[in-house]
Amino acid sequence: MTDSLLAGELPLPPRPDYLRHGSTVWSWLSTTDHKRIAILYAVTITIFFFLGGAAITAVRLELFQPNGWLMTSDSYNKLFSFHGIIMVWFFLVPSIPNTLGNFLLPLMIGAPDVAFPRLNLFSWYLTIAAGAFTVYALVAGGVDTGWTFYTPYSSMFSNTHVFAAAAGVFVVGFASIATGVNFIATTHMLRAPGMTWFRLPLFVWAIYATSLIMVLATPVLAISLLLVIAERVFGLPIFDPARGGDPILFQHLFWFYSHPAVYIMVLPAMGVVSEIIPCFARRRIFGYDFMVYAMLAIAGIGFFVWGHHMFVSGQSPLASLVFSFLSFIIAVPSAIKVFNWTASLYRGQISFESPMLYALGFVGLFTTGGLSGLFLASIPVDVHVTDTYFVVAHFHYIMVGGSVSAFFAGMHFWWPKVTGRRYPESWAKFAAILMYAGFNMTFLPQFFAGYLGMPRRYHTYPAEFQIYNVMSSAGAAVLAIAYLLPLFYLTWSLFYGGKAGRNPFGATGLEWTTSSPPPPKNFDWQPRIDRAPYDYHAEGMSAGTDPPEMQNAKETQ
Amino acid sequence: MSDETAMLREPWVDFSRQREAGKFGIWVFLASETLFFGALMLTYSVCRIEHPAAFAAAGRETNIWYGTINTAVLLTSSLTIAVAAQGAESYARLRRLVIACLVVTALLGLAFIVIKGFEYKEDMDKHLVPGAGFALPERAAQLFFGFYWLVTSVHAIHLSIGIALVGRLVWVLLRRELPVTENPEIEVTALYWHLVDIVWIFLYPLIYLPGRSS
Repeated sequence: MTDSLLAGELPLPPRPDYLRHGSTVWSWLSTTDHKRIAILYAVTITIFFFLGGAAITAVRLELFQPNGWLMTSDSYNKLFSFHGIIMVWFFLVPSIPNTLGNFLLPLMIGAPDVAFPRLNLFSWYLTIAAGAFTVYALVAGGVDTGWTFYTPYSSMFSNTHVFAAAAGVFVVGFASIATGVNFIATTHMLRAPGMTWFRLPLFVWAIYATSLIMVLATPVLAISLLLVIAERVFGLPIFDPARGGDPILFQHLFWFYSHPAVYIMVLPAMGVVSEIIPCFARRRIFGYDFMVYAMLAIAGIGFFVWGHHMFVSGQSPLASLVFSFLSFIIAVPSAIKVFNWTASLYRGQISFESPMLYALGFVGLFTTGGLSGLFLASIPVDVHVTDTYFVVAHFHYIMVGGSVSAFFAGMHFWWPKVTGRRYPESWAKFAAILMYAGFNMTFLPQFFAGYLGMPRRYHTYPAEFQIYNVMSSAGAAVLAIAYLLPLFYLTWSLFYGGKAGRNPFGATGLEWTTSSPPPPKNFDWQPRIDRAPYDYHAEGMSAGTDPPEMQNAKETQ
Repeated sequence: MSDETAMLREPWVDFSRQREAGKFGIWVFLASETLFFGALMLTYSVCRIEHPAAFAAAGRETNIWYGTINTAVLLTSSLTIAVAAQGAESYARLRRLVIACLVVTALLGLAFIVIKGFEYKEDMDKHLVPGAGFALPERAAQLFFGFYWLVTSVHAIHLSIGIALVGRLVWVLLRRELPVTENPEIEVTALYWHLVDIVWIFLYPLIYLPGRSS
């Protein structure tokens, strides 16, 4: 495309944007527009996020006291199980891919929509149906297996609603596969002229790598849950040792999915942060090629580390050794990414707008989570801290500190593009800082409690651990406020926020060249790409060498 | 050309690109399906290695006649749908052949399910359903039949979806809602059908041949 087009000098024909292109409820429920489906997903996962959050609020209240003052052990088990199931499969897995990914992937590659728009809508309906199963499981009396559904407890002993919960996860898995197929085909088949693979924004690469994992790992989860259901409902003896079955087999199948699923949750977050940091540092991303290879390496190696969840499950020492080694290896590409984000900041003109605060928070929390992961990859340390709060703290640093921070970062960064409105920046900054503080208050003490031996998933605990739990629960209250704040000021901005221009942050990328909100078919012209992404100024050059669309954006502020 | 515009869907501007994307998409989905059945077969293999004698004894109880006839039926259906897909690629005058082949494919699929039903009936009469009153004394024989029922029914569900897809194709082609020539849906459906057949080719030796060679 030419610079004059990028600079927005040509007048646009009058047409409604995608939000005003049909306003009935049915026009939303039957839409095949990827941007509207992204909104449907966003509303859905927000509801699930607060459902899962409500469950864990009760758990944290309970843990203020060591003696179980608030609820029975049964209710406690059901609440943390519901929290895990909802947060993993109904919030984290669909969070960034299905909202920001759905919205941005076609925009970023210059396409009018995803490759299979009806399949896209279908996957949303599958998510809704699956959510209904899972919420039914809670309303009907709950499920107490934890989110991991370990056999033989889940298959032979638990008398709660395992079937409904497992069926919900089974169905939402198909939504995940449908999304993955769609995104892979979109990236392959719908790139605009000139959009070569190594001109793709890193967010697109991240979504692509995520989709690969979704397509290849999720079916194995489906099978492991199907086997649990078959054993519970039809009495097939797959995991019953008395009839020759093998309960450990379930753990292999389950973690073959669920470890790569961690990368389903964190790779899109890496993509978001890779867009935001160059923009607010006004610098090219450092080592673009290596960022791509690192993501693909994480997606690939992620399939071969599942055994580190099973060091104490009676797996052979040789297998443990190999899995331990591979788990150390996967830290290398993760470290490459952290170094490259940091190097991108070097000699940048950094400004601390709210998306940048969230993104920098991501880098810090992800690094902490990643380094604590090395402790768990090491067999002797893992044997010591298995099933303690150390593990809980570790994966919350990755999945909440990392993924959720990045989700909020992306939501703030692209909010003007999605809604055409600007949010109150000082509130957003306050929420970002509060979230970082609240998160660390909640989960840092859990590392200590876990290392000292406090096991996870217990309703009561020895009084010596109370200090850590009080700190953690108090931090959770701060964190809850930080999560609720954006709900209010972002909703407020929908009605009273100032109009956002086409490119309020002076960012590069095709999505900023179309109007905010974009028209139904995304672009008023066929985009053509003639340069690499992140065309911010190179080292040693001043901001005056910014490409014209960014200078223009800054002048029109 | 008018055929192509009738089949062109959002967001595509170029019909050949749309065809290519449809094929690409189904291949990605089939990769996913491979992992789905692959995980099941892996589970089977692990249990069989743990209990070779019981699996051999249980395998001898299956009815190899039903299995073999069904294999032949399914392979023939693969041929007919391949002819349909190839016919649709080439000439408009093959329209009747394409539709006839699709009808035969669906009928062969139904025949498979019916034969499978007779086999299930016989298995139940022989008390080969895991649980109380199971016919075989070996502990892990129940495990074999657990897999038997699960794998064959999951396969039958896939086949039923395939029959529904082929049936739908016949319906829209007969009503001339969509043209036959170069219709991408025929090839996409055929690829799915082939996967269901290939899965059966793996299941046949796993289910019917253990314990029969020695």
